[in-house]
Amino acid sequence: MSNKVIHVLYNDDDILMDAVKKTRAAHHHIEEIYTPFPVHGLDKAMGLAPTRLAICAFLYGLVGLSVATSMMWFIMIQDWPQDIGGKPSFSYIQNMPAFVPVMFEMTVFFAAHLMVITFYMRSKLWPFKDAENPDVRTTDDHFLMEVAVHGDVDQMVSFFEGTHAVEVKVIEKH
Amino acid sequence: MYTFSSRLKTFAFVLMVLGILGIGYSFFTAPKTIEDVEKIVAEEQAHGHHGDAHAAPAHDAHGSAKEEHNAEAHAAPAEKPADTAHAVAVDSAHKTTDSVHAEAVVAAGHEGHDHDAHEGHEAHAEAAHGHDDAHAAHDEHHKHMEHMLHQLQNKPWSAVYVAALFCMLISLGALAFYAIQNAASAGWSPVLFRVMEAISAYLVPGAIIVYVLLVLGALDMHHIFIWMDEKVVAHDHLIQAKSGYLNKTFFLIRAALFMGGWILYRQYARKNSLAQDESNDNSYYKKNFKASAGFLVFFIVTESIMSWDWIMSVDPHWYSTLFGWYVFASFFVSGITTIAMITLYLKSKGYLEYVNTSHIHDLAKFMFGISVFWTYLWFSQFMLIWYADIPEEVTYFKTRIEDYNLPFFGMVAMNFVFPVLILINTDFKRLSWIVVTAGTVILAGHYIDFFNMIMPATVGNQWFIGAGEIGAILFFMGLFIFVVFTALTKAPLLAKRNPLIEESKHFHY
Repeated sequence: MSNKVIHVLYNDDDILMDAVKKTRAAHHHIEEIYTPFPVHGLDKAMGLAPTRLAICAFLYGLVGLSVATSMMWFIMIQDWPQDIGGKPSFSYIQNMPAFVPVMFEMTVFFAAHLMVITFYMRSKLWPFKDAENPDVRTTDDHFLMEVAVHGDVDQMVSFFEGTHAVEVKVIEKH
Repeated sequence: MYTFSSRLKTFAFVLMVLGILGIGYSFFTAPKTIEDVEKIVAEEQAHGHHGDAHAAPAHDAHGSAKEEHNAEAHAAPAEKPADTAHAVAVDSAHKTTDSVHAEAVVAAGHEGHDHDAHEGHEAHAEAAHGHDDAHAAHDEHHKHMEHMLHQLQNKPWSAVYVAALFCMLISLGALAFYAIQNAASAGWSPVLFRVMEAISAYLVPGAIIVYVLLVLGALDMHHIFIWMDEKVVAHDHLIQAKSGYLNKTFFLIRAALFMGGWILYRQYARKNSLAQDESNDNSYYKKNFKASAGFLVFFIVTESIMSWDWIMSVDPHWYSTLFGWYVFASFFVSGITTIAMITLYLKSKGYLEYVNTSHIHDLAKFMFGISVFWTYLWFSQFMLIWYADIPEEVTYFKTRIEDYNLPFFGMVAMNFVFPVLILINTDFKRLSWIVVTAGTVILAGHYIDFFNMIMPATVGNQWFIGAGEIGAILFFMGLFIFVVFTALTKAPLLAKRNPLIEESKHFHY
């Protein structure tokens, strides 16, 4: 009983948005929504918490900046402070303008790549991963809302049929 | 319709009056003769402190000249035989002079006394050759005092010029932003068009004031533009070679043409924008679209030339190719910041019904992005010159780093580090007080940017942000507020029939 879910299919994102609002108002728990493309405002309608990826990226950028700075400080100033074309390698600050392009690129590199990897890990994406879409049409032109069953199944089915759904199915989940 | 609150009007007038007092004071206290300069120097020495690191190197060089020679007489034979090669003698003389300098400084009780490289060089050369020529020293001293007199006389003029130029360019920056929004058919910004139009209203009085200042320069009333001085040009081959471009007539014609073109577009666009409100079709909107596209082409050409004329030519021996873009970025971000701040003010007074936090968010994103763009150009210009270190280019930054260290690097913190750290956050970009704080710092930072572009060439190390500078800022700020808010009362704050106005009213991000 408890591992039953309802799959409700729609063929329009506006109808989906309306249905999400109604579902939330009726206090049904939305497990997941599958859409073929990003639906603007869907996360807000579902009440999903905002992403923190941007904060991660900022911190990764700081890491990149530190790596670049300490690397060049050690190599160019500390380890072997050679005179290369008259550039002042007595202290980091004196030769800093020459290091800025690297500092900038490393900041961007770390921020971008580590954030992307974080995104893959958090959304569990990798090569050879089995696809999880419950209905192949959701990658093309259908929108699927998966709702946990609680209480009377028939009543829930009729509720979702009233939300302009094109199809309502009760599924046993393993 | 907006009504100009009497309190704001009074505030603007108070600013103007205080500004005039400050400007008047600085003109009144500027030295008139060389004797005045010597008095100032003597006073500074009597008080045992320097206005800045400079104060009176010539005096010291003059006063210590005899000591140097005495010291040399003692030191040179002790260190080297009399028949040493000339190069060695010069070398040792350099060393002795340095040490004597250091001693003299300690004896005089000056802390952190940092003598001018030029003067030091003169003293070295003199010491090395062993000439004991009191006349040469006196001439040198006289020339130095004259140089200082010119710098101090330039100070009040430069203060007015920097503030006048900065305020006019803010208005031009807002106008350029307006033209871009029109030409790009931006859907978010039409609710802000009347604010932008009002800010660009300052272009008319602002440009006239700057033009008058340029004409006064051509009439030799001030010496901000050194190439306008025939006596200087007579001895300067580099400026002579540029006189086909840098001559007073052509300079004033160019300025009139550029300012005329900008004002023409501003008046035309404003007229069409108001006519569109009463119209039955979109013909005025289309006219504005075409005019804006044309203006942007005209603008980018004239803006570039304007930056050579009015800013780069104060250093007629120096040139930089990306200077036009750099100046553009500086006043463009200031213009956008001003739009954001005036929008927030009007919104807080309840005049802008349809402006929401998403509009503010967009403006804040522009402030953020163009601040980074400015930094990119600032750094590119600095780094390319620093890296290659070609003497004829690098003097520009050498004087700035030596004499303007705090303003030069302080503005990078104000124009880059602070806005980037505070405006990177999405939620912060929607908070009025954050945008106003960031905006204040950005505007102050870009004033210092213009200060750094003009002052080193006109007043050199005699700079100070005192009564004249602050007075000029206050005066032009008051005038700016008065003109802009008067313009706001002339038309409804919402453009009625702009084809994109509905989209703009419902804009959310």
